[in-house]
Amino acid sequence: MGRAAYIRRRLVLTVFVLFGVTVMIFGMVHFLPGDPAATLLGDRGTQQNIADLREQLCLNKPLPEQYWLFVSGLVQGQMGTSMQFRQPVRDMVVSRLPISIGLALYAVLLAGILTFTFGLLAAVHKGRVTDQVIRVLFLLMLTTPNFWLGILLILVLSLGLHWFPVAGFGTSFTDHIWYLFLPALTLALGLSAVLIRNLRSSVITTTRSDYVRTARAKGLLDRMVLLRHILRNAILSTITIFGLQFGFLIGGALIVETVFAIPGLGQLLFTSITSRDYPVVQAITVVTALMVILVNLVVDLSYSFLDPRVTYG
Amino acid sequence: MADNVLSPALPQTAQSAPVLHLSFGMRLQKIGLNPTLLAGLIILGAMILVAIAAPLLTPYDPIAQKLDEAFKPPLSPNHPLGTDNFGRDIFSRILYSTRLDLQIGFVSVMFPFIFGTILGITCGYLGGRVDTLLMRVLDVMMAFPFLVLVVAIMSIVGPGLTGMYIAFGLVGWIPYARITRGEALVNRNLEYIQAARTIGATTPRIMARHVLPNVIGPALVYVFTGMVLAILIGSGLSYLGLGPQPPTPEWGAMIAAGRQFMLQAWWITALPGFALLILGVGLSLIGDGLADKR
Repeated sequence: MGRAAYIRRRLVLTVFVLFGVTVMIFGMVHFLPGDPAATLLGDRGTQQNIADLREQLCLNKPLPEQYWLFVSGLVQGQMGTSMQFRQPVRDMVVSRLPISIGLALYAVLLAGILTFTFGLLAAVHKGRVTDQVIRVLFLLMLTTPNFWLGILLILVLSLGLHWFPVAGFGTSFTDHIWYLFLPALTLALGLSAVLIRNLRSSVITTTRSDYVRTARAKGLLDRMVLLRHILRNAILSTITIFGLQFGFLIGGALIVETVFAIPGLGQLLFTSITSRDYPVVQAITVVTALMVILVNLVVDLSYSFLDPRVTYG
Repeated sequence: MADNVLSPALPQTAQSAPVLHLSFGMRLQKIGLNPTLLAGLIILGAMILVAIAAPLLTPYDPIAQKLDEAFKPPLSPNHPLGTDNFGRDIFSRILYSTRLDLQIGFVSVMFPFIFGTILGITCGYLGGRVDTLLMRVLDVMMAFPFLVLVVAIMSIVGPGLTGMYIAFGLVGWIPYARITRGEALVNRNLEYIQAARTIGATTPRIMARHVLPNVIGPALVYVFTGMVLAILIGSGLSYLGLGPQPPTPEWGAMIAAGRQFMLQAWWITALPGFALLILGVGLSLIGDGLADKR
């Protein structure tokens, strides 16, 4: 199957997944036990209130019609009104989304630097002290809860050494880079722990292959072979793992935001749950799922450009 | 060293040792253990013991407040890890919360493991439309960040420990279904399955007696990864105030409660995390050790 056919097929799958995601989010309110109107109102729910809210949320209409209203609203960017703040969910999400995306991208950047540095270092020094130290350190990172890691970084680097701000977000762009460094590092350490394990073993396997021996025999410099021949092939599986981990990165970002008091989607999501502000929760679920879908689409498409040999069955 | 140069790819375990002189590692392998697995089992075993014997290990009630004893630093007399803002002994609270966090790990994984495995085997073995449907459902479920989906479900079924278990149950089966489906797909065309079919075994019997024992291994290995994940995310939810409610001792909740006293009493928020880390490492080692055995 050629590249064009693959891309077409991958896009069709994406459309299908988007459809499924909307059905699931829609279905969650309707098929999980409990009357959504009563749940939303909680203690404030009188018979009359509940009936009014059912009417307002169109819960009395047939299910397909309700689904259609939900999806057409989504496409137009209408995500309802927050129960708690009485303002359009769209505005609340749109103002916070860039902050969360920025934090996630920053974390990906730092994780990339960590992964290449330590993954290659461990692979090149396989079995020696450097390798062992890197493996143990990042094995610990793998099981460290990110909210606690964030707090430890604050304790040591902010409160102890005064190198970084304790919390907050800053006002200018350089401020943001400065304030977001520790939260991004927190996330990057967790993410790179998975990626380093993968890149290390992938580089080691690739190093044994014939074409690498040929490249060495041609008299190419070690560094050249490592970057041009080994890494280019070894990186493919690491990119796949990155795509699979992206959902965890987003989830982590939401928690870490609350640790560092960053006004992103995370804070909004977790306050909304306590107040049962379902429209907000729903909107954030949609938005984060869209991000994961997009990233995995990019990962899959990048394959055909990184490795033209890959054929798709 | 000489044979290392000649065959660098030779795995270390294959190096011959004198038969009469069994090393510690080889003795372990004889009884089905390897050092990684053993280390993990020791850590988990110790944690379970601590959970059971908590009242014997500490004289303090984990939720009894003693305000005149508040903010004692670690290594104080009678309080090895210090006390929190209510004067509660942190060591006791960490010990007692082992019970809850182990429970979160086990319960969160049990239902998804059973359900996911049954679903995966059925779809992988039967194939056809059922299987296609499962794959599409998996594609959709995988599009959600795990934590966000769990939180979204908890926003409907309600926060707290029960809500958390329900949410984990509804979301956590995905990896088990993926793993066992893949394995069942490979196994269904192997000779032993054909043989079972030829002698007239029914489909449910083949799935339960022949496919299951052969595909369960990788899923069991994943159970330990799943437990680490459940404990990390469970403590995260608890950190956010969505898990067990205070004054119940739970590591994530303790970390959250200590956060506001970071400046004057770092130990309240810093120390419970080490317990989480140790349990996580123990479970990961078991998982890695089991994976190595295969």
